[in-house]
Amino acid sequence: MNRRTLLKSSLAAGAVTLAATAGLLAPGRVLAAYPSAAFAAKDSAGALSTAMGSPEYSLSDEISIKAPDIAENGSVVPVTVSSAISGVESISILSEANANPLVAVFALSAAEPYISTRIKMGKTGNVVAVVKAAGKLYASKKEVKVTIGGCGG
Amino acid sequence: MKKTIKLRAKAKNGVVTVKALISHPMETGLRKNKKTGKLIPAHHIQQLVARSGDKTVLQAALGGAVSKNPYLSFRFAGNKGDTVTLSWVDNLGQSDEVTGSVK
Repeated sequence: MNRRTLLKSSLAAGAVTLAATAGLLAPGRVLAAYPSAAFAAKDSAGALSTAMGSPEYSLSDEISIKAPDIAENGSVVPVTVSSAISGVESISILSEANANPLVAVFALSAAEPYISTRIKMGKTGNVVAVVKAAGKLYASKKEVKVTIGGCGG
Repeated sequence: MKKTIKLRAKAKNGVVTVKALISHPMETGLRKNKKTGKLIPAHHIQQLVARSGDKTVLQAALGGAVSKNPYLSFRFAGNKGDTVTLSWVDNLGQSDEVTGSVK
């Protein structure tokens, strides 16, 4: 009886330790640069200041956003961002009306300033493309009307 | 695990256009299961890295607001015959990687 309890408890303890190590080590290894706080931010200013260090940007018409005017299905909104600004370091895509506005950040190590992807939009709102070039933030907005939301529900 | 990444890379005038399609549920963690009323736990790709040869081309941090089965297209300077490697890691620690050659 004693032996059984001992075995059981040591096994359980072992499992807990294993889980803890796995839980602690895995994110530490892969999430070194993942800005989880920026993705959890509830407004675009907060998301930008966490991800880019500043919520301030100047609007630029050298950034073009290609997205539909009306998206019938908010869970798949195709968005293409390209920029004519030189020395682009990163392109971020935000959807202002989402619960967590930051959609994605692309750090362009050697890529051209062109990103095309598909995003989810909770409701009608602006899609904002923020381009970081030479330490400054430039942005462009485009309103997309969503008839069926893609977040929550 | 089954291959989750489909990759196409084409070179034209010294610029390679890569198109990738990844199969992944991309759960935001905000959605509710309609029957039980419980939140579906978040399960989305967090980081995505594209390399060509030994140089990093693109590093992306994705949130749950990227659509299910993400599509991504990007361009970089390169030529026919180069290799492109795309890898991703999600919030549960799962990952996949695929290497293709530029056509």
